[in-house]
Amino acid sequence: MTTPLISGVLAGAILSGTSLLYATLGETIVERAGIVNLGLEGILLIGASTGFATAAATGSAWLGLLVAALAGGLANLLFGWLVVSRRANQLASGLAMMFFGFGLSALVGTPYVGAVIKGLPKWRPAWLAPLPWVRNSTLFNYDLLTWMALPVAVLVWWALFRTRWGLGVRAVGESPAAAFAAGRSPGLLQYQALGAGGVLGGLAGAHLSLSLTLTWAEYMTAGRGFIAIALVIFSKWHPLRAVAGALLFGGAEALQLQLQARGSDFSPFLLEMFPYLLTILVLLAWGGARRLAAPAGLGRTFYGSE
Amino acid sequence: MAETGRLAAPAVRAALRYGAITAVALAAFAAVLLLAGKDPLRAYADTFSYTLANAYGFSELLVRMTPLLLTAVAVALPSRLGLINVGGEGQLYMGAWLASAGALLFPGLPRWQLLPLVALLGFAGGALWAAIPGVLRAARLVNETIATLLLNYVAPLIVSYFIFGPWRDAQGSAYPQSSAFAEAARLPSFFDTRVHGGLFIALGALVAYWLIMEKTRWGVDMRAIGGNPEAARRLGLPVAAWIVIALAIGGGFAGLAGMGEAMGIHGRLRQGLSPGYGFTGFLIAWLAGGRPLGILFMAFLFAIITSAGDTLQITQGLPYSAINLLLAMILFIVLARRPRKAGK
Amino acid sequence: MPLLEVRGVSKRYGPVLANDQVDLTLFGGEVHALLGENGAGKSTLSKIIYGFTQPDAGTVQLAGEPVALRSPRDARALGIGMVFQNFMLIPAMSVLENIALFLTDLPAVVRREAVARRIREFGERFGLHVDPSALVRQLSVGDQQKVEILKLLLARARVLILDEPTKVLAPHEVEALFRVFHALKAEGYAILFITHKLREVLACADRITVMRQGRVAGGFGPGQADAEALVKLMFGEGAGAGAPAPAEPRPAGAEPILELRGASARAAGSETALTGLDLCVQAGEIVGVAGVSGSGQKELGDLILGLRPLSLGSKRLCGDDASNWSIARMREAGVAFVPEDPLVMAAVPGMSVRENLYLGTGRRYRKGAGINWRALESAMAESFRALAFPVPRLDPPIGALSGGNLQRVVIAREMAHQPRLIVALYPTRGLDVRSAASVRDLLRRARDGGSGVLLISEDLDELADMADRLFVMFEGAFKGCFARGGWQKEAAGHLMTGDQEADHG
Repeated sequence: MTTPLISGVLAGAILSGTSLLYATLGETIVERAGIVNLGLEGILLIGASTGFATAAATGSAWLGLLVAALAGGLANLLFGWLVVSRRANQLASGLAMMFFGFGLSALVGTPYVGAVIKGLPKWRPAWLAPLPWVRNSTLFNYDLLTWMALPVAVLVWWALFRTRWGLGVRAVGESPAAAFAAGRSPGLLQYQALGAGGVLGGLAGAHLSLSLTLTWAEYMTAGRGFIAIALVIFSKWHPLRAVAGALLFGGAEALQLQLQARGSDFSPFLLEMFPYLLTILVLLAWGGARRLAAPAGLGRTFYGSE
Repeated sequence: MAETGRLAAPAVRAALRYGAITAVALAAFAAVLLLAGKDPLRAYADTFSYTLANAYGFSELLVRMTPLLLTAVAVALPSRLGLINVGGEGQLYMGAWLASAGALLFPGLPRWQLLPLVALLGFAGGALWAAIPGVLRAARLVNETIATLLLNYVAPLIVSYFIFGPWRDAQGSAYPQSSAFAEAARLPSFFDTRVHGGLFIALGALVAYWLIMEKTRWGVDMRAIGGNPEAARRLGLPVAAWIVIALAIGGGFAGLAGMGEAMGIHGRLRQGLSPGYGFTGFLIAWLAGGRPLGILFMAFLFAIITSAGDTLQITQGLPYSAINLLLAMILFIVLARRPRKAGK
Repeated sequence: MPLLEVRGVSKRYGPVLANDQVDLTLFGGEVHALLGENGAGKSTLSKIIYGFTQPDAGTVQLAGEPVALRSPRDARALGIGMVFQNFMLIPAMSVLENIALFLTDLPAVVRREAVARRIREFGERFGLHVDPSALVRQLSVGDQQKVEILKLLLARARVLILDEPTKVLAPHEVEALFRVFHALKAEGYAILFITHKLREVLACADRITVMRQGRVAGGFGPGQADAEALVKLMFGEGAGAGAPAPAEPRPAGAEPILELRGASARAAGSETALTGLDLCVQAGEIVGVAGVSGSGQKELGDLILGLRPLSLGSKRLCGDDASNWSIARMREAGVAFVPEDPLVMAAVPGMSVRENLYLGTGRRYRKGAGINWRALESAMAESFRALAFPVPRLDPPIGALSGGNLQRVVIAREMAHQPRLIVALYPTRGLDVRSAASVRDLLRRARDGGSGVLLISEDLDELADMADRLFVMFEGAFKGCFARGGWQKEAAGHLMTGDQEADHG
């Protein structure tokens, strides 16, 4: 019985973890630049709705994906205008974006409720198909976003840690003063980070409507944006650790479903709690010795005063 | 008399500011309505007649306001010390949880004992839940914004665990909820409406917040810490202790909101007790700049807006989410107006 | 030909002339020391050279050509680099990343190995050995300083300005730094070494410029200077005539109000550790503590107030062992605090004068949950009257008061309950002449009224005027104790700058 359980959980974790991972990667870039976007949920919804609407209207899921990415990027830039140019409180701005996302996504998506779309195509490498525990599951039968999830994570890591741009972004998040002294433009770098983060967020939302459920419903992201924010903290703002985190958080959900299907009595809620408690412990462990793995300048306007 | 003179100018300015915000937002929303093919004047007229001109509609506004007042104070009080509490959701759930524990464990107590007990437990539940991040912040281990945010996720799960487990509805209904509370544990309601005793608790909390901050020496101490923590430390104020206390008191108020919803509206512990009251409370407190009258006004405004959402859905076929756009617009306008504001 | 030349530079900040017709010449291959006590104008001059601020008059020339330095970026582009007292480093990043951030020729894809190699190369050449992959926050302060210097070198600076670089270094690290200077000199770099430490200047400088009160007080070429001459230029002549007369750190007699025995305190980061301090303050006397920045004066003040714990030794207040007392308890027991810049340390800007008067009065005016405003106001009015201050309006926010008025309010509050000990930390810094005189007058009157006053100051003239006994502090320890009139500025100056003069008191 255990093999199917593991493969079932793994399969579920990967499927549901894809959008989590993209959302987390996007938010990681943004937070590395020193900004918290509590409205990530709104960005995801905008991606999901615009993607679905485009796919339903044009018949092309690919076009939907593109539009979703652009919409997410633009929305994040709007957020960026508030917090970077207008120096608005980041938390309040984030919540405003959340409401904006709720509203805009409903406006865009409602006309297409119930529409039937051809989702993103999936494919599976032929040589894997015959394997026993792969055959009957969704394992390795993925759409482009899922296949690209790991490479994208590596790309984000590479961009942040191996390029001049990434060095600047991280410097802004740690110490805007130092970045400025080094001749960088903190505001520009933050806008760029927000743009990239928004695109990833849009893709995350699109995965839900264009691949996972092939529908649109209001609030369909069900808190994934907030989960991603916790995931960023859990993975200590590191893109590669986010992969493990996404699998963990996605896996908890999948395990819960599997256990329920098997009539297990183990409370699903305790299971769901586990990743968050782990996050808090992780923070505590880091907090004791060396304060925070968080970028030192995270949320300057966030703390109220410097 | 110099006092009133001192109060008048900022009060007038605040009133103008709130008025201006509302007016611009209404105009902007009217534009959105037009674009969506609806008649803004009809929409506003409907809203008015269903919420303000209608007794039951007005009572529903009060029902909506009740938890918002409390979660707003939950944010406002710690903010005077410079602390950021985004954990209103979690604190609300834990307040509801602990209060429910009391109601379920002592169903036999007479009302005059049970109700205060349940209220106390509601406060305690939220207070303890907020004290955790308070201690972490006072010990300089974890930033309270992150800690309160993370605990938001855990609290509803704890509540769900109990609802599906030890406190499962004895009636065996399929709906995820606890058994109904004894009548003695329920807050009294008024005039055939859903307005319940929690409203008075909420108003009392608002008054208490104002009294504490403006009229007691504790308020002076707290504001000093918020104004200049270094000077406060050097003047002998126990800053670390105050951090924990302020967050705990804030959390306690949010806990009372949870208690109010459970004991006043539902009569049992349910999942989904809060459609984001904690975060809305944050926004209300922020928009009001932490001022008690501002909180009252903003909570009322939010209540009208959300009511309008329901009303217009029925009368105009407008999706409720359009209201979310209105809220977002109001916030954008306020946020964009301040190019350089330190604090909150 | 000189690498950098400053001619006739003047800069005024309000009433203060920070730089007055300053000339300075930097040659390549030399260490040029800029010497002066606090407030002499050194930091203003360095800010001008680095482009942080523009002079009101005068020019800066680089290799004979006048240059316009409108911002640090201009300065860096011209090869001028500066290492500040507060490092501009990102603790969470590695040495390599910190240096790479400041490189102007960094390619889009960072070649970590190439940068690491350059770091190691420069490290070898100049004795600046650091591991490029180490995180900055794991490094000692001395090593962090090396990273700062490497940053400048890799960014192709030719003129290096170092502002008080030895303030945070241990003796052996200072030695290492001087070896670095030597290596840099050999390759033609010009080093401007800003400091107040005589011994070091004599040890490593080729050329010396002494500043005092905004002007160049004098200069010396290679091999021309000696300690005596430098101290005379730094502190001026006079003030405190008479033969040196040492005083007892802890004179016998009546119970002292404050007594420190062997008091020591640990330091974190850039703080100064305190070692083995013996001091006492009697009733009716003003004890002065002289020192330059980094000598530990602030840490001493915090130690006495109860804000910093003792790691060794004891502290007694009127005979009671107060070694572990909190600040609240010290204040309750009659210890008052008059700092520089009250808005930072002693008052809450957004709150009213009335509320600020209440803060720090501890339990005295509590009335249940409220405050006995009437009693507070009357006590404070009395205090203002006794000090001959006009009673200010109590409603406005305290931040609206001028510097002098603000200090007066703080003093009136602190003196309202006849404090036994007043700890005054640079109390006249930043005040105009009249307000400063008024503050000094108050402290004297407090002394005459029986309080003990500990006056921590960098202003030797002020201390000569006020102190009945004077301690001189350097690097966290007391170097000497003198009676009123029994010391000269030169002697104090020597001790303050670490120049051990065995036979001059």
